[in-house]
Amino acid sequence: MTAGTAPSLTQNIVPVAAGAHVTALGWLKDTVAFGLGDGGVVLAREGETHRVEAHPDAGVLVGLSDGERFLTGGDDGRVAVTGADGSTKTLAETKGAWIDSLALSGNGAFAYGAGKRVVARDDRGREKILDVLTTARGLAFAPKGYRLAIAHYNGVTLWFPNVEAKPEGLKWKGSHLDVTWSPDARFVVTSMQENALHGWRLVPDKGHMRMSGYPSKTRSLSWSHDGKWLATSGAEAAIVWPFESKEGPMGKAPRECGVRPAKVSRVAFHPNAYVLAVGYEDGCILLIRLADASELLVRPATKESGITAMAWDKAGRHLAFGCEDGRAGILALP
Amino acid sequence: MTDKIPVTVLTGYLGAGKTTLLNRILTEQHGKKYAVIVNEFGEIGIDNELVVGADEEVFEMNNGCICCTVRGDLIRILDGLMKRKGKFDAIIVETTGLADPAPVAQTFFMDQDVSDTARLDAVVTVADAKWLSDRLKDAPEAKNQIAFADVIILNKTDLVTPEELDAVEARIRAINPYAKLHRTQNCAIPIAEVLDRKAFDLDRIIELEPDFLEEGHHHHHDEDMQSISVRVDGEVDPEKFMPWISNLTQVEGPNILRCKGIVAFPNEPKRFVFQGVHMILDGDVQGDWKPGEKRDSKVVFIGRDLNEKAITEGFLACAV
Repeated sequence: MTAGTAPSLTQNIVPVAAGAHVTALGWLKDTVAFGLGDGGVVLAREGETHRVEAHPDAGVLVGLSDGERFLTGGDDGRVAVTGADGSTKTLAETKGAWIDSLALSGNGAFAYGAGKRVVARDDRGREKILDVLTTARGLAFAPKGYRLAIAHYNGVTLWFPNVEAKPEGLKWKGSHLDVTWSPDARFVVTSMQENALHGWRLVPDKGHMRMSGYPSKTRSLSWSHDGKWLATSGAEAAIVWPFESKEGPMGKAPRECGVRPAKVSRVAFHPNAYVLAVGYEDGCILLIRLADASELLVRPATKESGITAMAWDKAGRHLAFGCEDGRAGILALP
Repeated sequence: MTDKIPVTVLTGYLGAGKTTLLNRILTEQHGKKYAVIVNEFGEIGIDNELVVGADEEVFEMNNGCICCTVRGDLIRILDGLMKRKGKFDAIIVETTGLADPAPVAQTFFMDQDVSDTARLDAVVTVADAKWLSDRLKDAPEAKNQIAFADVIILNKTDLVTPEELDAVEARIRAINPYAKLHRTQNCAIPIAEVLDRKAFDLDRIIELEPDFLEEGHHHHHDEDMQSISVRVDGEVDPEKFMPWISNLTQVEGPNILRCKGIVAFPNEPKRFVFQGVHMILDGDVQGDWKPGEKRDSKVVFIGRDLNEKAITEGFLACAV
C-alpha cells in the first residue's frame, strides 16, 4: 500500500499557520505550543492562535512540554517557560552558549545543557551542575527517580543530581546525539553520528546493543506506551525495534512501517494504542497500525514542508504537527 | 531544495590577522548577512548580528578510519542555524590558530545533514609575513593551514623587506603552489577574492586555476610537506586509474592533505575531475573537452612525506 491509496484523514486537520520553522511542539492540555526557529511560540487552541515572543530576536532550538508548561531552549542562551495562558518568562540563563538540549521530568524537575555544562533543577528549585568532557547533547530523565542520562562523545553519563556519588559512565566510541530511557528504565538508547543507534541494557548486565543499517541519522525516537516497541526515524520507513524481551532487540529484525520514497523525520507512538504517527521529510504523515501495518493518510507530501515536530495529546485523540516552512496543523481523530 | 549555504573557513596562525579580515568582510557594504562561527565566544570584538561560539570538538568517526575526523560542534551549530534560514546568506567559520583545517573541511563531506544544506566554499588562510617562516619551522598546524588553503592572504607585508617577502612567499609556494595568494597590509583585499570562490566545486577546478595545466612537472620541496604534480601526456585507462587513486587515498590518506586532478578517459567527451581531502574523494565527469584541446591528464597532491616516486610511477602506469 502506498500513501496515495491509503484511506485519508486529511479532512480532519485544522491547519495552523505557525509562520516559521517549527523546531518543537508540545501539548498544554487542549492547547498546542509550537516553538519556532524565529524565537516565537505560537499557541493554538480551537482554531485560534496567539503568538508569544519567548526568545526575542533569537531562535527556539529545542522545546518540551510536561502537559502544564512548554519549556524552550534558545540560541540566546535562555530557557524560557510558556504557559497556555500566553505568559512567558525566563527560567534559566547562561552566557553565550546555545541551549539545544532539555529534559523534563514528570515531577517538575528540568535540566538543560549549555556546552559542556549540564544544569539540573529539581522540583524545589535546588540547582546542581555537572561538567562533562565534551558538549552535552541529548538529555533524558529516567522514568522514575531523579536521574539524568546525558549523551555526549564516546558514551552516556548517568547522573543522580542530588546524590554526591560519582556519575556512572556508559561507554561506546563515537558521537552520541539523542538519548532515551525505555519506560521500564531497563534500557538506555542513543542515536549516533554514524547513522546507528546504540543501547545499553542496564539490568542485569550492562550489555551493549547495536542497531545499525540506517541511511541517515536518527533524530526522533518514540516508545510505545508499554515500552515493548521503539520507533525511530532516519530511514525510508519507520524502523520499529522490539524491546519486549529482557535482552532487547538483539538478534531480532525490526519492523519497517510506512515504506515510502522519502526519509522519515519524526515518529510518535500513540499514548495508549499500537498506532504510530510517521512524519516524512517530504511533508507526508501516515498513521500506521502495528498489528496489520494498515495505513491512514494524515497529510499528503507537501513541497518544502518536511515534518519537523509531532506529538499526540495525552488522551490520544489529537495529533499536532509542525513543518520546516512554518506550516502546522492539528489532526482530530474521528 | 533551495540553494546550499556557502561556508568559508578562515584559518591562520595566532596573530596573523584573521579577526581583521573577518571584520573587513562584515563591515564592507555588500548587502549580505553572515552567520559567523567563532571560537572562544565573546573574547574578540566582532561586529555582527549572528555570532555563534564554537568549541572546536574534533570527533573521530567510528568507522575504522583514523583520519575521518569531523567537527562535532560544527554539525550541531549548522543544524541549529538551518532552523533560522533566511536570516543569513552565508556562513564564515573562524578556527583557532592551532586548528587543523581538515576536520572542518571533512565535516562538509562526511555529514549528510550538513552536505544537504551547506557547501564548503573555500579554505582561506591568513599568514603573517613577518612570522610565518618561523611558524613553519616550529608549528605543524601553521604548515597544515598553508597546505590546505585555497586562498592565502599574506598579511603584514609592511613589516618585512621586499627580499624577506619574496622569501616567505617562496616558502609558501614550496608547500602549496596552487592556492591563490594575495599580499596585503591590514588584510586589505577585495571581498570577492575571499568569498564565493567555489573552490570545492568540481566544475570550477579549471577556472580557478588557470596555471593548473601549464604548471609543467616541476615541483617544490619543503622539509616534509610537499606538492607533487604528475602529468600523463594523453589519456588514462579508467580501469587502472580508479583503483589506483582509490587505493592511494585509502593507504596514504592520513598523509595526503589535498588532491585534485583532471584526467582524460578514452571515448569520454567530458573531463573527469576530482578533488579530495585526506581519504575523502569527490569526482565526476565535468565539462566537455573543447574541440582541438589537448586531452591530457594531470593529478596534484599536497601532503606530508609523500612517496613521490611511487605516486609518479603509479599514475604514469595508468596511461592508455
